[in-house]
Amino acid sequence: MAAVTTSTERSLNKLAIVGVLIVTIIFLAPIYWIASTAFKPRNLATTIPPTVVFQPEISPFVKLFTKRSQLRTAPTPEQYAAAPWWERLVFDGGEKVVRSGRGEVQWSGYPNRFMNSLIVAITSTILAVGMGTFTAYGFSRFKIKGEQDLLFFILSTRMLPPVVVAIPMFLMYRAVGLNDTHWGLIILYTAFNLSFSVWLMKGFMDEIPKEYEEAALVDGYTRIEAFFKIVLPEAATGIAATAVFCFITAWNEYAFALIMTNRRAQTAPPFIPSQVGSGLSDWTVIAAGTFLFLLPVAIFTFLLRNHLLRGMSFGAIRK
Amino acid sequence: MATAVMTTLDPKSRSAARGMSDLTIRNLFIVPTIVFLIVFNIFPLLYSLGYSFTDFRASSAAPATFVGLQNYRELLNDPFIWSNFAITAKYVIVSVVGQVIVGFGVALLLNRDIPLKGLLTTLLLLPMMLSMAVVGLFWKLLYDPSFGIINYTLGLGSFEWLSNPDMALYAVAITDIWMWSPFVMLLSLAGLSAVPKHLYEAAAIDRAGSFYTFFRITLPLVAPILMIAIIFRTMEAFKTFDLAYILTSQPTTEVISIRLYKMAFQEWQTGRSCALAYIVLIMILAITNIYVKYLNKVKER
Repeated sequence: MAAVTTSTERSLNKLAIVGVLIVTIIFLAPIYWIASTAFKPRNLATTIPPTVVFQPEISPFVKLFTKRSQLRTAPTPEQYAAAPWWERLVFDGGEKVVRSGRGEVQWSGYPNRFMNSLIVAITSTILAVGMGTFTAYGFSRFKIKGEQDLLFFILSTRMLPPVVVAIPMFLMYRAVGLNDTHWGLIILYTAFNLSFSVWLMKGFMDEIPKEYEEAALVDGYTRIEAFFKIVLPEAATGIAATAVFCFITAWNEYAFALIMTNRRAQTAPPFIPSQVGSGLSDWTVIAAGTFLFLLPVAIFTFLLRNHLLRGMSFGAIRK
Repeated sequence: MATAVMTTLDPKSRSAARGMSDLTIRNLFIVPTIVFLIVFNIFPLLYSLGYSFTDFRASSAAPATFVGLQNYRELLNDPFIWSNFAITAKYVIVSVVGQVIVGFGVALLLNRDIPLKGLLTTLLLLPMMLSMAVVGLFWKLLYDPSFGIINYTLGLGSFEWLSNPDMALYAVAITDIWMWSPFVMLLSLAGLSAVPKHLYEAAAIDRAGSFYTFFRITLPLVAPILMIAIIFRTMEAFKTFDLAYILTSQPTTEVISIRLYKMAFQEWQTGRSCALAYIVLIMILAITNIYVKYLNKVKER
């Protein structure tokens, strides 16, 4: 459009740049606020006017991982001196770390929930992407009667509202003892992600020229060998992108986790909101928990940036 | 989208004799997934279809009694359920319209010659990748009437957002718009960048106004992809649960999923909730059907 770079065009462009910057700042402000609150001293978290410049602290993270109780009397200088650095941070906040009779530090509920989230998200991702890859290859390469209907059926399972599915699943899980277990959630998340994984992987499979396998078949490979040695390596990027999407979905899921778990297998999304109770909630600790929980997804978003469009449209828009 | 049929192997060839037949492989690859989805999605739905005709309560040991269509009849005649649907409809409209305006608007800005476009786009996409429940929770702090940064920045004093029955639904929708405008933006950008440059050049040569160019060239060409974004967001907003449930407990924000959740897991009216679940399900399937039609249409281009 070299011919049309008039002065109006140039000033419009400048306006667009300013507009984009303003929008970006507005969109990132809530995320910045979470990250900054996670490093604030407690008394600066809810001030008016809001505190923007402050000395960052690590104490919210120490509090996040330890079980604490209110300090009735200030610690003696000896106690304070004997305490490790992180325990002093808790003392400074007017609280003390709860220890067992043998002096072991008691953990808070958070690390456990974080682990549950990891276990459930990773296992369900492996299952959904594994099954999805095989199925996508099947749909991509073989003639299937009623293919469109089957693919619609597969996608429609993804669209079901979680609460609708959760009612019968809750009753069935209760009957077989899967309520509040890792496997209970893993099965639900696998089912939820499977349809997505089939649709997305089918797009990637369709892009691999089938001549590659034909050549391998002519060379004496069996179909299975050709699949594992030729197709899978070609599909590696697609598999990785699909896996990251499935992980993020499972990691973020809330409704199923709220209904199907309460303690043992509870994941972080229902746990973190349950920590906001009375008006006395310590927002720095909640922010620290939120920050750690969001960090993996933020990193993955950057890694995925070139596949976001494709993933978000179930593989329909490729660019 | 015709499926490519691969050259069938000569049955006498070495590789065909060694390996499994294509038919076996096809079934081995596809059947487990179909079975898995039937067992864990369709079977539960049949199970709850059965319960929807009973007065079963999962909290009591009393056996379920068959009541026929009573649950459905009562639900469809219940003005409170209809008000839940009305709240949901209002929420869908406010949040989807907001997302389309913001998302498409930002996409138009980004479609120009912007430095660091890739980085800015990725940063803008961040909200939609995050957990609705966890980030939604944090908006409670942002909306706080006494120390929230929203009131402070906008100079609204101690304006009540979430505890105000008239405002709460809009507050939830604003958070949803923040999260999901990036989705509309992402799809719109794809549509905008696919508009052939020579059309704009031709329009410039014809001295077409920017208004004319936008409505006659840009919009019609972006429309199919924009429709995908709109239908998908409509469906998701219709199902919304996390945000509204976490942010407020106002009766004015009781969207249908929250009503369903309460009916099933707090009031333990299991039979009735199964019936309501079916009513919701049929609506969702109708939207899904339209959505898939559009997906396939865009794919064929």
